Amino acid sequence: MITYLGRRLIQTLLILLGVSLITFALLYLLPADPVRQIAGRSATPQTVENIRQQLGLDQPFVVQYWHYLTRLISGDLGRSYIQRSEVTELIVSRLPASLLLMVGAILCELLIGLSMGLIAAVKRGTATDQTLMVASFVGVSAPQFVVGLLLLYVFAVRLSWFPIGGYGTWRHLVLPSLTMGILGAGWYARMMRSSMIDVLRQDYVRTARAKGLARGAIIFRHALPNAILPVIAMIGIDIGIFMGGIVVVESVFGWPGIGQLAWQAIQRVDIPIIMGVTLVSAFAIVLGNLLADIIAPFIDPRIKLR
Amino acid sequence: MKKFLASTVAASALALMLGMTSARAEDTVDPNAKQGGEIIATYKDDVTTLDPAIGYDWQNWSMIKSLFDGLMDYEPGTTKLKPDLAESYEISPDGKTFTFRLRHGVKFHNGREMTADDVKYSLDRVTNPKTQSPGAGFFGSIKGYDDVAAGKADSLAGVTVVDPYTVKFELSRPDATFLHVMAINFSHVVPKEEVEKYGADFGKHPVGTGAFKLAEWTLGQRIVFERNPDYWHKGLPHLDKITFEVGQEPIVALLRLQKGEIDLPLDGIPPAKFQEVMSDPEQKARVVEGGQLHTGYITMNTTMAPFDNVKVRQAVNMAINKARIIQIINGRAVPANQPLPPSMPAYDKQYKGYPYDVAKAKALLAEAGHPDGFDTQLFAMNTDPNPRIAQAIQQDLAAIGIKASIQALAQANVIAAGGDKAGAPMIWSGGMGWIADFPDPSNFYGPILGCAGAVPGGWNWSWYCNKDLDAKAAEADSIVDPAKSDERYKMWSDIYAKIMADAPWAPVFNEQRFTMKSARMGGADNLYVDPVHVPINYDNVYVKDVQ
Repeated sequence: MITYLGRRLIQTLLILLGVSLITFALLYLLPADPVRQIAGRSATPQTVENIRQQLGLDQPFVVQYWHYLTRLISGDLGRSYIQRSEVTELIVSRLPASLLLMVGAILCELLIGLSMGLIAAVKRGTATDQTLMVASFVGVSAPQFVVGLLLLYVFAVRLSWFPIGGYGTWRHLVLPSLTMGILGAGWYARMMRSSMIDVLRQDYVRTARAKGLARGAIIFRHALPNAILPVIAMIGIDIGIFMGGIVVVESVFGWPGIGQLAWQAIQRVDIPIIMGVTLVSAFAIVLGNLLADIIAPFIDPRIKLR
Repeated sequence: MKKFLASTVAASALALMLGMTSARAEDTVDPNAKQGGEIIATYKDDVTTLDPAIGYDWQNWSMIKSLFDGLMDYEPGTTKLKPDLAESYEISPDGKTFTFRLRHGVKFHNGREMTADDVKYSLDRVTNPKTQSPGAGFFGSIKGYDDVAAGKADSLAGVTVVDPYTVKFELSRPDATFLHVMAINFSHVVPKEEVEKYGADFGKHPVGTGAFKLAEWTLGQRIVFERNPDYWHKGLPHLDKITFEVGQEPIVALLRLQKGEIDLPLDGIPPAKFQEVMSDPEQKARVVEGGQLHTGYITMNTTMAPFDNVKVRQAVNMAINKARIIQIINGRAVPANQPLPPSMPAYDKQYKGYPYDVAKAKALLAEAGHPDGFDTQLFAMNTDPNPRIAQAIQQDLAAIGIKASIQALAQANVIAAGGDKAGAPMIWSGGMGWIADFPDPSNFYGPILGCAGAVPGGWNWSWYCNKDLDAKAAEADSIVDPAKSDERYKMWSDIYAKIMADAPWAPVFNEQRFTMKSARMGGADNLYVDPVHVPINYDNVYVKDVQ
C-alpha cells in the first residue's frame, strides 16, 4: 500500500508538472498580449514596455517558466496581472464556495441518478423505464447554461421558491447544485440501470427469488449493494467533469467560486490566475482519481492495489 | 496674453470653452435630494482593484471617483470642468505653468489632512514604472516625465510643492488638455502612509478623500461603500451605503430588479430583453438614455493592398448601410459620419460624411482598378452582437463585390491582430470601440488615428500616419488660452475632416447608453448616464423613500 501511494504521489507530481508546462506554453503562444490587457487603450508604447519589463514578460519562455516553477515550489502562485492580488489569496477565498457547490452537486446527482437508474432497472422494458432513460439522455445532453437559466426562470422567477442567484444560505445552493447534478444524474441513471440489470440476472438473485424472499428485500438488501459499487467508483472521476462545469454554472448563478474566477481571468488574459486555477483543478482531478482507486478495494475485495 | 486668475473666472471661461453654461462647484447639490438610505447595485465581473493609479475598468472607474478626488472634476452629469480638490488655479501666459491652490481642511479617510505633498507624491507614484500604471502616459507633458518613466528619477522635476496648499506644474510643452488630465482617475490623490502600509494590496484597501469610504470587500461577492461623514463637499454624498454585488449576469440582475431586490443593474439591459423592457411603459419609465463618448467604426489597414488606395476606402464608406446595422442592436445607437461622437466638443454638425450609395461605391472601386471587387478579411469580436454586425457589414461589402471572410475572435486576439501591421485588413471595432478618457477632441486622435498609435501593439488599427495632421494636432493642443478654445476646436474639426477625406475608418455608429434603475432612485437623469463618472455618479444620486 505504501509503495503504491509513493508511486502514485510521484505520478501526481509529474502530472502537475506536465499540466503546468503545457498550460504555460499554451498561454505563452497565445496571440493575445497580456501586457496590452493590463496597459489598456491609452498606454504609450513606453508604458507598455515598462510593464512588460516589470512583469518579466520580456524574458524568453524558458526563463519565464523557470521563474514560475521555482516560485511554485515554494507555494507562490504569483500575483494577478489585473487584480494585483496574490493568486493564492484569490483562490483560497473562493475555494470554499466551489467545494460546497461540488458537495451539493454530488448529492443531487447521486440522489436523482441512482433512484432513476434503480427504478428503470426494476421496471425494465416498461414505459417508466423508457421515460426515465429519455429523461436521463436529455439530462446528459442539455447544455448547463440552458438548464441553469431554465431552473432560474421556473423556480426563482415564476415560483419564487429560491433566490435568483447569489450566495449565502442553503436556498442559494439548491438551483446551482441541481444544474450541475442533472448532467451527472443522467450518467449515473444509465450506469445504475445497466449495473442493476446485470446483478438482477445473477444466479444468487434467482436463488433469493426461489427462496421466496420479498421483492423489496431482494432489490435493496441483495442486489443494490453489488450494483452500486461500480457506480460509486465513478465519483472520483466525476470531479474532473465538475471542474469543467463550475465555470459555466458559477457564472450563470453568480456563485463566487473558482470557476467564475477562471472565466473572468480568461477574458482578461490574466495568466497567473489561469495557471493557478488550472493547477488547482488538475490537482483536484488527480486527487479524486487517487481516492477512487484507494476506496475501490474496500468496496470490492476483488480489486487489489499494486 | 494676459495672466488670468482661475476659480470662477477660468471656470466660466472653461465652461464657455466646453460650450456649456457656468456654475460653481458648491452649488451643485440637488435641493430636492433626500439624505440617507442604502442601495444595492450589481455588476457581472468582479471589481479588480480600487487603486486610482491602476483601475481602468467599467466597474471601478466611477467607484474610484467616489473614493478619491483629483484637483479637477466635472459638474455632475456633464462634461464641464470644475476645480475639485483645487480651490482655484492659474495658467501662465505661455500655457506651460499651471499653479493650483488647494482647499483647506480636506481629510483622507484615515483622518489626516491632504496637502500639496500628497499631490506631488501621487503623481510621482503613478508615473513611476514600478507602479505599472496604465495611465502613466497621460502625464507625458509634465517636465521630467521622461526621466521618471525611464527609471532615471524618482520624482517629477516639473511638480513643485510651493507651500502646503499650493502646487505648481511646469510642462515641457503647452498642453490644452492638462486640466482634463488633472481630473482623470490616474491623477487622484492618495496618502503615502497608506500606500506604503499596504504595498501592492493598496487597491484592496483604498484610502482617499472621496465621498465614500470602503467598509467591506468580500472577494468575488460584494463591496460595501459607506458615507464619508467628513467629506469636504458639504451635503454630499446623499446615500449612507452602497452595496455592490458582483458576479451577477445582466439577465439575472434584470430579473432581480423586476422583483425589487436590487436598485441598479449596472451592466445595462441585456440585448435579448431590450425590446421587452422598452415595450412595457412601467419599465421603460425607469430607463435613462444618454449619449456616451463612443464611436464604433471599421478600420481599414492603409498599409495593406488594396486598402492602401484611398478610393477603395471611400468605397467602403459608401457601401455600409448604417441604419440597418443600428437595427441589429435594437436602435441603441445613432449613425456616425465622423470619428468624434456628437457630445464631444469640435464635433462638426455641418459635416455630411459619405452617403450610403452602392452605385457610387462600385464606381469608385472600378476607378481603383477593382471592378470585380476583391477578397479580404474582416476581424470582429466574438461576443454578441458583434458577429451579427460583422455579417451585416459582410453583406454590404458583398453588394459592391468585396468578399470579406469574417474572423470572429476573442477580444484580446482581435486587439493583437490590429496591433500587428500585417495582421488585419479590416476590423469591426464593436466591443473595443473607442470611449474617450476625457471629453476633449484630442483624445480621439493620438492613440487611434495619430502616428503615435501606428506602432506594433498600438491601437491605430488603420496604421494611418499623416505627419501633417500630427503637426496640426500638436499646434491645436498648444492653444491653452480658454478664450481661444473656439479656434482650437475649429482646428480639430478640420483635422477630423481631413482624416475623413483619407477615410482610414468607416465610422458606423455612436452607441447610446441605457441605465435602468429601481423606482425608488432619485436624482437628475443625467447622473445615471454621466459622461465622465461612468456608468453613474454615485455621489449625487439619492433614494426617494427615506424619511
